[in-house]
Amino acid sequence: MSVYYTKDHEWIRVSQNIGVVGISSHAATQLGDVVYVELPELGKKLIKGEELAVVESVKAASEVYSPVAGEVLSVNETLEDQPQTVNESPDDGGWFVKISISDMNDLESLMSQDEYSAYCIGS
Amino acid sequence: MPDNDLLKTKLYDIHLSNNAVMVPFAGYNMPLHYDLGILKEHLHTRSKAGLFDVSHMGQCFLYSDDLSFLSVAKALEALIPAEISNLEPGKQKYSQLLNSDGGIIDDLMIGRLGFEGQEHKLYLVVNAGKKLEDFEYIKKNLPEGVNIDIADDSLSLISLQGPEASEILTGLNSSIADLLFMSSVDVPLTPNIWGHVSRSGYTGEDGFEISVKNSDVRSLVNILLQNEDVEMIGLGARDSLRLEAGLCLYGQDIDENISPIEAGLIWSIQKSRRLPNMQYKGVKRIIADIQNVNSKRLVGIRPEGKVPARAGTEIQDAEGNQIGLVTSGGYSPTLGCPIAMGYVNGKFKKVGTPINLVIRNKSMPASVVKVPFVSTKYYRG
Repeated sequence: MSVYYTKDHEWIRVSQNIGVVGISSHAATQLGDVVYVELPELGKKLIKGEELAVVESVKAASEVYSPVAGEVLSVNETLEDQPQTVNESPDDGGWFVKISISDMNDLESLMSQDEYSAYCIGS
Repeated sequence: MPDNDLLKTKLYDIHLSNNAVMVPFAGYNMPLHYDLGILKEHLHTRSKAGLFDVSHMGQCFLYSDDLSFLSVAKALEALIPAEISNLEPGKQKYSQLLNSDGGIIDDLMIGRLGFEGQEHKLYLVVNAGKKLEDFEYIKKNLPEGVNIDIADDSLSLISLQGPEASEILTGLNSSIADLLFMSSVDVPLTPNIWGHVSRSGYTGEDGFEISVKNSDVRSLVNILLQNEDVEMIGLGARDSLRLEAGLCLYGQDIDENISPIEAGLIWSIQKSRRLPNMQYKGVKRIIADIQNVNSKRLVGIRPEGKVPARAGTEIQDAEGNQIGLVTSGGYSPTLGCPIAMGYVNGKFKKVGTPINLVIRNKSMPASVVKVPFVSTKYYRG
């Protein structure tokens, strides 16, 4: 299982052709207290870089983009009643959606964990 | 504007040492939030006491060469819809600086000093983003013999808000305990620091705004922060607190095209000032807007679900016709649900009216509700 990151601070944890997507702890800290998460419908077909979800913090709404092309297999229903899970556990319990990845080549343009850490320090 | 062109208040170093996330605001580098984050800062202010740096706001005094309060009051009354000439020493009012069309140039606090020998003076606090324009406008419109003394370079302003604020400040000077909402005193807070303390604020809580000399503000803030119930609070929570209290934010809910009547501020205009023989700036618009029940009105909005409606969200009637726009909206930490304010055609202003909000192309049910969303705790004795 490997984790990849985007420049927009999403992560995708990949096992075979299934990816679980969330936002990084860096992004969660920047957003502040999350009060609502709008998740996509099951079966939605996504283009790489397309809006996947909307995260509402106390101060603003922010889009979350799909790191890869694929189809939504499931969404994290915990976020409906406990959106703060995104802040409490951004890398784990605060995941957003599970996607079946349609083109594994999409992963090649993403960053590794080390590359992403360097990216965050640089930005 | 590059960060290094931004102005700093005298508390800049204290913000940094409290790990503030700083943002540009009205030309100043100001704290958005500190370590607690907006949500907890908000709740702390509602349960204990929050300390705000509002030194970026404009402070000035108006006085007359003949030392007559009435001369000063009449001069200002020509620019605002509120009655000032009946203001007792040590009392203050909220009002709006109006242009000739009755639009709001700025909203402001107007206090009559209560200090012996200073009772002829008015003390004004205006918004940071408008202060230069305000000062210029006031100056230009003052009659001969009435002067403006801009105190921006000499005075800082802090605000202590919340249920513990009174006890904390009373610990510095016991005479503060009896001060009523919208009243002020000039008192020593330490043997060396004098403050102009008014019982007011913009959070809906009981609280105080304290004007002190620039050279004293850091010492005073450090003294207040020694109290474990006091936390520094940033602009983020200031915004969510004022929204819960149903208070307008200049530039968002009110601007130069909107009249105080449309903004629901008729309570700040005394009955005697709503008469056709009045002669202040924009009075025609004030009277016309009172009579025109179809002119737009600022209302409280409660979305039915959990999705916050942000500023700019379209408001529709049940048939899908656009009837207005949201001007302030977000999440209420106290109520745990979204709240908003926006303008609707006067026909839809009644509490309980069902409306729809268009959020990300979806129509979401909501209703018109009364403001404040969270009941205010002003101390009236």
